Amino acid sequence: MLSKEIRSYFPILNQEINGHPLVYLDSGATSQKPVQVIEAIKKYYEFENSNVHRGVHTLGNRATESYEGAREKVRKFINAKSTKEIIFTRGTTTSLNTVAQSYGRANVKEGDEIVITHMEHHSNIIPWQQLAKETGATLKYIDLEADGTLSLEKVRETITDKTKIVSIVYVSNVLGTMNPIKEITQIAHEHGAIMVVDGAQAAPHLKLDVQNLDCDFLAFSGHKMCGPTGIGVLYGKQALLEEMEPIEFGGEMIDFVGLYESTWKELPWKFEGGTPIIAGAIGLAAAIDFLEEIGLDEIEQHEHELAALAMEKMSTVNGLSIYGPVDPSKRAGIVTFNLDDVHPHDVATVLDMSGIAVRAGHHCAQPLMKWLQCTATARASFYLYNTEEDIDRLVAGLRTAKEYFSDVF
Amino acid sequence: MSSNLDQLYRQVIMDHYKNPRNKGSIEDGALTIDMNNPTCGDRIHLTLQVEDGVVQNAKFDGEGCSISMSSASMMTQAIKGKKIDEALQLSHIFSDMMLGKEYDDSIDLGDIEALNGVAKFPARIKCATLAWKAMEKGVSEEQQ
Repeated sequence: MLSKEIRSYFPILNQEINGHPLVYLDSGATSQKPVQVIEAIKKYYEFENSNVHRGVHTLGNRATESYEGAREKVRKFINAKSTKEIIFTRGTTTSLNTVAQSYGRANVKEGDEIVITHMEHHSNIIPWQQLAKETGATLKYIDLEADGTLSLEKVRETITDKTKIVSIVYVSNVLGTMNPIKEITQIAHEHGAIMVVDGAQAAPHLKLDVQNLDCDFLAFSGHKMCGPTGIGVLYGKQALLEEMEPIEFGGEMIDFVGLYESTWKELPWKFEGGTPIIAGAIGLAAAIDFLEEIGLDEIEQHEHELAALAMEKMSTVNGLSIYGPVDPSKRAGIVTFNLDDVHPHDVATVLDMSGIAVRAGHHCAQPLMKWLQCTATARASFYLYNTEEDIDRLVAGLRTAKEYFSDVF
Repeated sequence: MSSNLDQLYRQVIMDHYKNPRNKGSIEDGALTIDMNNPTCGDRIHLTLQVEDGVVQNAKFDGEGCSISMSSASMMTQAIKGKKIDEALQLSHIFSDMMLGKEYDDSIDLGDIEALNGVAKFPARIKCATLAWKAMEKGVSEEQQ
């Protein structure tokens, strides 16, 4: 377990909600931000704020250096070969849409296949649905095992020589399942397909190495990894990005503009039309520094331990069922559950009255809810600042909910 | 904490949740409205039988939390036998109640009154209003 001292870096945790100290168990939706990130953004606005890549003046240089410095930090964080492969976007959704609209439209045609799974977030479903509709391609789903994992056998059965794109979540935002991305990438490549990875729930929690995974694209968001909202990353292999057309046109991304024809800047800037998300990128870089100082391996370990403890302690609550892999080493710090007949909204409201924040609903994964045969679930998601005490508070809150609703029934 | 929760989960609400009134579907020639709350997955299937401007029968089916389902049960109970404009008037009163505004108390709201605690739980207001929105949609289509 990580030291509880880490909590002191997160000012927001030091408050009472509905008369109880806050227990924040909704990091899967968005993480809290440490002072290091808040200060970095403040410092940028107080001393460096200026537009990038254009001014001759000193502030413009400072802003450009910080912005491009952030890109280098991201490159190192995911072990990409070059900063040309790091595109700043608004978040995972924008990153995945960029791949679908640029690479997808140019390379997918009628009769081709796009392969995803039943555990995808809406952001890794709808861009491909739209692409399939536009091009006449077929969207195929890899079925899940009963415990909410993927079997490589089914992956092999689903991906064929007609498959052009395979797009799969690294860590499920509902089940917590960690998927064998490296192995799936290899299977995709054997069939000549490209591999896209939705890393939204992976980047905050485990060490990413795009060269080792050999994936072609990787998308993730800053706000789930201690960074600010509004900044995300699209990693793509340079050779693929070179061939791709931008999807947003305007300032910042051009090389030369004529009356009827224009040319684009080189990578990565051709994909960053308009004034970029400068403060967001700087905040993300500070978040990466913060996470690396603690150590991604240590964070992953901490979450496995919390997930194991949570599953053990929560299962002592009568009538509680947990979804996803039973083996805690196969899941990240995400525990999705239901409590008998008590609707997850009602569970979440009872917990909120005890100062405990959990998510309730379909978690932007309606096809997965259908697979689980329920309309909604409650989810507790853990991060580096959560402790064993948080789990004890959650379990006590769940007992209260159970008692409260068995009284009224 | 229980006292806070009791403001929301009044006994009448839990009774409607446990023993929903008018659960089911009217088969023939009824107005059918399906509505869902995309942020949380609650859904309602409402059928209304309207004759000569009067709601003769109302039934609902659906899935959702105690607040959304009890509200649907109360709504169908309240509008049965009411003229369309009376049903819409109730809906406006209910909407004011949810927004924490002063509402017209000259009309006896019966069980619906129990939902006034929801106004203090902003995240749950949409649960309570789902069935009412479905009803409004149905009767305004009928009026046109």
